[in-house]
Amino acid sequence: MGMTITEKILAKHAGKDVVRPGDLIQANIDIVMCHDVTTPPAVSMLEKRGMDRVFDIDKVVVIPDHFVPNKDIASAELAKRLREWVKRHGIKNYYEVGRNGVCHALLPEEGWVRPGETIVCGDSHTCTHGALGAFSTGVGSTDLAAAIYSGELWFKVPESIKFELNGALSKGVYSKDIILDIIRRIGVDGALYKAMEFVGPVVDALSIESRFTITNMAIEAGGKSGIMNPDAKTAAYVRERSDKEFTMVSSDSDAEYEAVIDIDCSALEPMVAFPHLPSNGKTVTEAQGLKMDQVYIGSCTNGRIEDLRVAAEILKGKKIASDIRCLVVPASPDCWKKAEEEGLLRTFVDAECAVSLPTCGACLGGYMGVLAAGEKCLSTTNRNFVGRMGSPESEVYLASPATAAASALTGVITDPREFM
Amino acid sequence: MKGKAHVFTRAHINTDEIIPARHLVIDDEAELAKFAMEDIDADFVNKMTPGDIIVAGEDFGCGSSREHAVWALRGAGVSCVIAETFARIYYRNSVNNGYPAIECSGAIGKIDDGDELDINIAAGSIKNLTKGTDIPFVPFPEFVVAIANAGGLLESIKE
Repeated sequence: MGMTITEKILAKHAGKDVVRPGDLIQANIDIVMCHDVTTPPAVSMLEKRGMDRVFDIDKVVVIPDHFVPNKDIASAELAKRLREWVKRHGIKNYYEVGRNGVCHALLPEEGWVRPGETIVCGDSHTCTHGALGAFSTGVGSTDLAAAIYSGELWFKVPESIKFELNGALSKGVYSKDIILDIIRRIGVDGALYKAMEFVGPVVDALSIESRFTITNMAIEAGGKSGIMNPDAKTAAYVRERSDKEFTMVSSDSDAEYEAVIDIDCSALEPMVAFPHLPSNGKTVTEAQGLKMDQVYIGSCTNGRIEDLRVAAEILKGKKIASDIRCLVVPASPDCWKKAEEEGLLRTFVDAECAVSLPTCGACLGGYMGVLAAGEKCLSTTNRNFVGRMGSPESEVYLASPATAAASALTGVITDPREFM
Repeated sequence: MKGKAHVFTRAHINTDEIIPARHLVIDDEAELAKFAMEDIDADFVNKMTPGDIIVAGEDFGCGSSREHAVWALRGAGVSCVIAETFARIYYRNSVNNGYPAIECSGAIGKIDDGDELDINIAAGSIKNLTKGTDIPFVPFPEFVVAIANAGGLLESIKE
């Protein structure tokens, strides 16, 4: 019996030839990523126990992004604790404000994600990096502390669910719509504890950036990880950014899956997930006309350059509705530079959108776009729980950058195909 | 472990509701405790007494990886959480803290708000003292018990 890509990566990192779902293993971690919210508590735990060490400073990458530039004094203190720890241990891979970005956008862009490797971060959207054929999963602060200290973590080998993305996407339909449709079908715990493996001609045809949008939201179906078998596009993307050797592994044809789910992507329409669960997906036709107060284009889900290009194409030469606010948050400095070079930033500003620096900020109700009671926001982010972007009485609707841009123009939820 | 049940029948109670992100600038357990369950029941911390138990539906603790959810509940004095199922990262965080997350299929329906419970973790038994019933659950696997006995994951790996 063969193994899935997830089983192969975990077996190799546990020093075993074979692992099977349910096996409890101790696995080596190749990259430990750290941000400003969950890392300072992890560091404090280590300090308190006389365990303040870093297993390998070359394998720790520190990217403050949630509340930086500091939103208030308390967040400034958190960022300071992070910075002091970095200095104390001589961690070189630290992205200070100005070089930083939304961590899940920046990590692969900077070449830290390689096929076949293992990555953890104290953040649930760490599943993003599986798009490059790595095993990547979100953990809490104690796990993060353990990984920083020892370079290892315990895992239960997950069962895998295979999602076969067949057909082809029609105009106005994007990878965000695919993942919103999958979560609508299986529910927010439909892949609880499982590895979600995405395969098929639609995956093959997607760009790397569009692939990240899908794996990013694996956690929204309860998944332990999202993963894709690496191909020539993966290799090219990684080689452009990393000098380190890597080995691409893929699932065997006789690997075992808990389930195989076929998705006919040709039939998909633009999707909108209604409050307060990412699984409350409706087609844009069903959602059409609902009045919004804010549109947010950004985040680790949809704040990359391709996302901004799609939004700018729709906004170009137009102005957003007079009674809506539209925030555009490029997710990294590289994305910001490209958006500047290509004239996208000018397009947004001319359309009367507010363009911000890279931060997670408003996505989790931190700052730079928090919602008041009763307000509705159409957002390209990944989560629309109660109070996610601010007041517990506000509402978040999730959609693609195209749907977000079209809706900014009209002030109500709008089918992006009307502007294509 | 004895305590009064606070029942949340809803599925998918997420960590944004257990401890909203506006409080994530804090990592002191006693401070976080003041806001436990704030976005699902703003009055929760006033209603409960230390030792009380949360009983919840499926997928408790889904969403953000924030361990602050475990710290806020423990800080508030919630002795353990019983749920139909748990989200993965919340469950890991509980295990790593030696803080009981008891998966018990059928708990909702057998336990009402205000019922007095007596839990025997090693035996895998919840006695509902109010109703005079016994609700079994699958006891924790050995490695979970070992982490709890060590005082948490970090204590268990300390060299």
